[in-house]
Amino acid sequence: MDIDFITKTFIRLLGALPLTLSVWFLSVVLGALVAAGVTWMRVSGVRPLELFARAYVMVFRGTPLLIQLFIVYYGLASLPAVRASVFWPFLRDAFNCAVLSLALCTAGYQAEIFRGALLAVPPGQVEAARACGMSGLLMFRRVIFPIALRHALPPYSTEMISMIKATALVSLVTLWDVMSVALKIRNDTLITYLPLILAGAIYFVVNYVIGVAFLALERRLSPHLRPRPS
Amino acid sequence: MSDLAIFGFGEGGWGLALLEGAAMTLLVSACGLMIGAAIGGLVAWARLSGKRLAGAVGQAYAALFRGLPELLIVYFVYFGTSTLLTETALFFGHEGFVGVPAFAAGALAVGVISGAYQAEVFRAAYLAISRGELEAAISVGMNRALMARRIILPQVMRFALPGLGNLWQVALKDSSLISVTGLAELMRVSQVGAGSTHRPFAFYLGGAVLYLVMTVLTMRVFDIAEERATRGVRRAAV
Repeated sequence: MDIDFITKTFIRLLGALPLTLSVWFLSVVLGALVAAGVTWMRVSGVRPLELFARAYVMVFRGTPLLIQLFIVYYGLASLPAVRASVFWPFLRDAFNCAVLSLALCTAGYQAEIFRGALLAVPPGQVEAARACGMSGLLMFRRVIFPIALRHALPPYSTEMISMIKATALVSLVTLWDVMSVALKIRNDTLITYLPLILAGAIYFVVNYVIGVAFLALERRLSPHLRPRPS
Repeated sequence: MSDLAIFGFGEGGWGLALLEGAAMTLLVSACGLMIGAAIGGLVAWARLSGKRLAGAVGQAYAALFRGLPELLIVYFVYFGTSTLLTETALFFGHEGFVGVPAFAAGALAVGVISGAYQAEVFRAAYLAISRGELEAAISVGMNRALMARRIILPQVMRFALPGLGNLWQVALKDSSLISVTGLAELMRVSQVGAGSTHRPFAFYLGGAVLYLVMTVLTMRVFDIAEERATRGVRRAAV
């Protein structure tokens, strides 16, 4: 096993990292927007909206992401109605399908994180804000959001990491992400372990960085919980 | 053929094949969960042992397999074990490729992933046992094996049930990745059906519905088990 092959493989794998990261970033951001909507429906107190939000979470968390991705990429493309519709230019592209499908899936998980964080806001804080005469939006901005954000961060970092792992599935819908490049190298060279180990190392480091970044953010946002310097 | 007839059980119907795929999914996930329980138990034990090296190994295992994509682990286990077997066979004079059965590789992959998470569940469950009970067991003269059997295991199982229920759901969904090895579980059967009838939308949607049914039904089983396991436990009045 020569060092030349290792560096070449590593550089080829790194070349695919931007695609992996852009699928991750776009789907996570889009997913957060969808999740905000789903959470809003879930806590709206309006029965039909609440039921829809519950069903959304159950469906997207209860089925494998792989089959969701295949429904969007292979399934929708096979329907003549979709091919004739205005969405076709968007849906014919594997990248768009991957982002859409990952976003819809993570929205189900993120909505539950947001809901849990909202529930963790102490009722006393909300009552105090009301007593001060804050309007709904001002109360959300100044009281509910800052508290909920701190509760949401730890599970949110777990979700971000599992989304990095989930992006490996886009290799099965023709995209050239780190996973599929590793498989291609394995196929071409018949060297089993090395490409997969190097790809694993890349994923691992990315996940590690995300974990550390979230820990730092958590620390920055909770100076009041740290012991005072002696 | 109409969309519903392809899911039928008559001639040309895929109903039976899909149900068999679902059964295979349940079987491979259940085997994976059990392999994961063995790995998770060992890793949790290593981390709780108080020995530096064992603890570090346990922690490294959990960190590693929770930080790698599941699909990569499935490929690594499938290709890796086959290569290992082929090379071992070559060493003993057998030439040519020796493949590990897709079922064994799949269950092992799901187990390796699940084990990393189960370790945390078991560790937390052990730490939730009140110290007084362990001290009481020692003070009445129980040896370690008896204490494990009578005091620790029953409570660890009880405390771990909710976490294991979540991990069962994860295993069920992760098992869909085994389709890349060609094992005829639900995902693979849906793919084959989609390919040979040219109706991917109907097949993947049907497959997703079956996954959802399996998740919902088996979670009910875990709920019942939890109810049974905690029937003797006093709860704070709500």
